[in-house]
Amino acid sequence: MDKFTTLTGVAAPLPMANVDTDKIIPARFLKTIKRTGLGVHLFDTLRFDADGAERPEFVLNQGPYRKAEILIAHENFGCGSSREHAPWALLDFGIRCVIAPDFADIFHNNTFKNGILPIRLPRAVCDQLMEDARQGDNARLTIDLAEQVVVRPNGERIRFEIDPFRKHLLLNGLDDISQTLQHAPSIDNYEARQVQEKSWMPGISV
Amino acid sequence: MADSKPRTLFDKVWDAHVVEQLSDGTCVLYIDRHLVHEVTSPQAFEGLRLAGRKVRRPDATIAVADHNIPTEGRANGIKEEDSRIQVETLERNVVEFGVPYFPIMSPQQGIVHIIGPEQGISLPGMTIVCGDSHTSTHGAMGSLAFGIGTSEVEHVLATQTLLQNRAKNMLVRVDGVLPVGCTAKDIVLAIIGIIGTAGGTGHVIEFAGPAIRALDMAGRMTVCNMSIEAGARAGMIAPDETTFAYVRGKPYAPKGEALEQAIDWWRSLPADAGAVYDKTVVLDAATLAPMVTWGTNPEAVVAVTATVPDPAAEPDEAKRAQLARMVEYMGLVPGQKMTDLTIDVVFIGSCTNGRIEDIRAAAAIAKGRHVAAGVRAMVVPGSGIVRDQAEAEGLDKILLAAGFEWREPGCSMCLGMNPDKLTPGQRCASTSNRNFEGRQGPGGRTHLVSPAMAAAAAVTGRITDVRELG
Repeated sequence: MDKFTTLTGVAAPLPMANVDTDKIIPARFLKTIKRTGLGVHLFDTLRFDADGAERPEFVLNQGPYRKAEILIAHENFGCGSSREHAPWALLDFGIRCVIAPDFADIFHNNTFKNGILPIRLPRAVCDQLMEDARQGDNARLTIDLAEQVVVRPNGERIRFEIDPFRKHLLLNGLDDISQTLQHAPSIDNYEARQVQEKSWMPGISV
Repeated sequence: MADSKPRTLFDKVWDAHVVEQLSDGTCVLYIDRHLVHEVTSPQAFEGLRLAGRKVRRPDATIAVADHNIPTEGRANGIKEEDSRIQVETLERNVVEFGVPYFPIMSPQQGIVHIIGPEQGISLPGMTIVCGDSHTSTHGAMGSLAFGIGTSEVEHVLATQTLLQNRAKNMLVRVDGVLPVGCTAKDIVLAIIGIIGTAGGTGHVIEFAGPAIRALDMAGRMTVCNMSIEAGARAGMIAPDETTFAYVRGKPYAPKGEALEQAIDWWRSLPADAGAVYDKTVVLDAATLAPMVTWGTNPEAVVAVTATVPDPAAEPDEAKRAQLARMVEYMGLVPGQKMTDLTIDVVFIGSCTNGRIEDIRAAAAIAKGRHVAAGVRAMVVPGSGIVRDQAEAEGLDKILLAAGFEWREPGCSMCLGMNPDKLTPGQRCASTSNRNFEGRQGPGGRTHLVSPAMAAAAAVTGRITDVRELG
């Protein structure tokens, strides 16, 4: 996983609530055995018409936003399925940070595993950032994870909160399996205890 | 636990699975059961392979293909190449990593959330995960069950644990007695209508109260299944005599003395008197009518007797725009009666409503009637066991005689990954769980309903109040 330290880039305004994972990437594109290459299908039905032509009104089809690295949205971003193809598609397109008032839980988890930073900020602040984003290339945002701030084009610094453990993993590009394996002795102990205390629990074999 | 504070059902199951709590509060949580399917696992197995890791507990893992397999002519193989590659990849991975697998042509095959409880693999008090958001279904057993992404699938395969933060507790208590014609589906749709699609975010919902207690296990699974549509991390129902009776005799459930020991522990799981919930919602089942969604998220739901809402009545501008978009996408007119909507397709199945009880409810409406002209109606059993049971009861014959299609088990038109899809503009009465834009096929329009309501729509050709069919 790539580290996330600081990011300065174009932010795309997506003023929609309840952006669900079927919108981010429809199920018909999940038939892959790879993590990469999904960016071309990101927001497929919003981005393309039935014939595959670009919809000019959709933000990611417009000038500077084709290279957007940050997305600003409304409430409950990423609701719906557990498909990690949603953050994979965002990442493959080039999005490394999503800012919204709140996120659906599973999507929120999935972003961190892929080096994408989800930032929760109050709706009023998101609306200000949405205005900045509407100025495209003329108003880049900077995200500084170590400092936990979003810097607006006018220099204003907006503090955001993040779970310290997740921050540590993102800043250092660490994957959590290797972190968890440091606790292998505890897992061994737990399993030994479980064999004693839950001897009723059968194993599965076919 | 030394702490004697009264605990909820969720607290107890969580506490029993904490391997270690890290300094910042993150927990290493032990996972008792891991269900694996073809769509969200290939990249996880690939990750293990690249890191030279093994599956830590193959005996706590079960794999099955369900999402993109065809629901007819399966014996002839999978025609769609990308679907076939995904299933073949799963079949290679289960051999390489020694994971138990129910093959496509075996009667045990089915939708992952149907087969877990059906096989006795999902049991009370367990932690259960799967790379699928509707894993919340298994919470009906009194387990803590939730969906995870593919990176977490890999994490569980490698370590049998997850790094998790404790969720908050939410209680949804459903009092009263459910009126005739209403089902578990109507209860959960009504709940989502009240609390909203993000109402449960960050919480585990415990469903309780007399109307929940009165549900059979199939109904409880329908309710917990849709917890995720309210944004909850999981839904749970305390195990009771109904649960224990269900578990008895299931193939992978403990037997004899071992089962009695398990039941002793399971009896200790319901919430202690005085346990505190961060949020509580109370609903009276007696006030419910059969429900139907009108919009493009499950919160956009009304009683079948109601009309399409008018977006103009919404004061918030952003919400008004969203409602207007829903009305437009769904091809509706504000104020139109729901029962005036004509239907092109009916889908009965999915992890929400693909159990034998659901097929029986549909067959009871279908019996002696016929699917309306111009309507395509599909019934897709949730598993081979459900299909066999339905055929043993003659339900397939009733459905076929009434003009319904009787198909092979799988996820099917719930998410349109296999050939079962809506075409643009088609309107569908569906027993599935999501009515998002394009969910059942690009441009498709989904109305979520109970199995009886879906069957009623099939025979009349329009959204129909099932109570009027008698």
